[in-house]
Amino acid sequence: MNITLRVWRQKNADDKGKMVTYGLEDVSTDMSFLEMLDVLNEQLTLSGDEPIAFDHDCREGICGSCGVVINGLAHGPQVSTTCQLHMRSFEDGAVIDVEPWRAGAFPVVKDLVVDRGSFDRIIQAGGFISAPTGSAPEANNLPVPKKDADHAFESAACIGCGACVAACPNGSGMLFTAAKITHLGLLPQGQPERDSRVIGMVEQHDHEGFGGCTNIGECTAACPKGIPLDTISRLNRDLLGALAKGKA
Amino acid sequence: MAVSGLIMLGYLLVHMYGNLKFFQGREKFDGYLHETLPHMFYPYLPEGGALWIIRVLLILALVVHAYAASTLWRRNKAAAGYVGGKRYHTTQHKTGNQRSYSSFKMLWGGVILFLFIIGHVAQMMPNWLSPGGASDSKYDRVVNGFELWWVVLLYTIGLVAVGFHLAHGFWSALTTLGQNRSSTRRGSRWTLISIALATLITVGFISVPFAVLFFGAGS
Repeated sequence: MNITLRVWRQKNADDKGKMVTYGLEDVSTDMSFLEMLDVLNEQLTLSGDEPIAFDHDCREGICGSCGVVINGLAHGPQVSTTCQLHMRSFEDGAVIDVEPWRAGAFPVVKDLVVDRGSFDRIIQAGGFISAPTGSAPEANNLPVPKKDADHAFESAACIGCGACVAACPNGSGMLFTAAKITHLGLLPQGQPERDSRVIGMVEQHDHEGFGGCTNIGECTAACPKGIPLDTISRLNRDLLGALAKGKA
Repeated sequence: MAVSGLIMLGYLLVHMYGNLKFFQGREKFDGYLHETLPHMFYPYLPEGGALWIIRVLLILALVVHAYAASTLWRRNKAAAGYVGGKRYHTTQHKTGNQRSYSSFKMLWGGVILFLFIIGHVAQMMPNWLSPGGASDSKYDRVVNGFELWWVVLLYTIGLVAVGFHLAHGFWSALTTLGQNRSSTRRGSRWTLISIALATLITVGFISVPFAVLFFGAGS
């Protein structure tokens, strides 16, 4: 198949950046989207141009690196990571627009690469448990109801890719933050720091310049791991509870 | 945002109950407005006292709601990472995956509502700015006003804006207060309840002017 790509090119954080058009011929429908970018980069390199910078690592849908906005949708037309998206999802002759995540808290580093350090700092503000180190405890020492375990696991599946922020019209990172709150808040190990966690993480989220949640639900619809929307209500319940106890 | 919105929604429901008394005729409607309401909680509160408490509460709720909205708007605009006035430069999928019309028109809907409320209070409260003719009977003023097509048109625009605002707003308020237990926006029962509530309020309020203009009620 032949396609036309319009890709966001930006030399560095200070550059203004613009969309640049490239034609690409004989693309195999079995290629992943990233492999197609690899082919384009080979051609650019051979012709003496700067290759397009994009983040990628595992290429099997679990690391969360390869986030780009394709045709206005985070990770493109399929609900998956970009590395799991294949060219068969596009028509022959398609014009495909590729842009970086857009958010105040995700500054562009180069081309399609953004700095997602703000997510790390939200985790540092409370997305952990303080547990004594040592060998793994006996699995059945602490009983966890099946429903809670399932819910916690669903939320723990978050890979921190940032699609929720890129899809949110407000640039809010609430789904990411809520996934961590739900994951740890449903398990017994997460209880001692439950109040300080929600307050610390929400404060850091706001401090990083993420937007406020207006409950549109675009985040869940774009999430490659299907983090459920009710995690945000759970975060709000925890936050209201912590504030009512005067923990702020 | 959520709490002040719910206060105003609560008032709207009571307001609609009062409006529907229009269909019981002039005596009942005027009696409710000129006698029942001013004597709410009388003699524990002075005459008209309860109404003033409600008015102050509503103005406070409106101020808090508008302040929260402007803060949120400024914050979210900065957070969305616009480049050259646009967020994404593609022209495809402008409305994302599943965004509803009402959810991304909350701000402008709110501005329309604010203007509507000012116009509405100016029309209904004093007896001197009454399109169609002033009267001591509020029933007559309602009929006089709604016999004019342009008054009904403006009123309809305002009420449709209320409907869209509530269709997202009620769901959003409950979610903010931690009440959504559904994994998706569309799967939540609150989504359906919000749409039903928005429809109820729009139809309930609009029934009076439509009855006057199209079916000659009250003349």
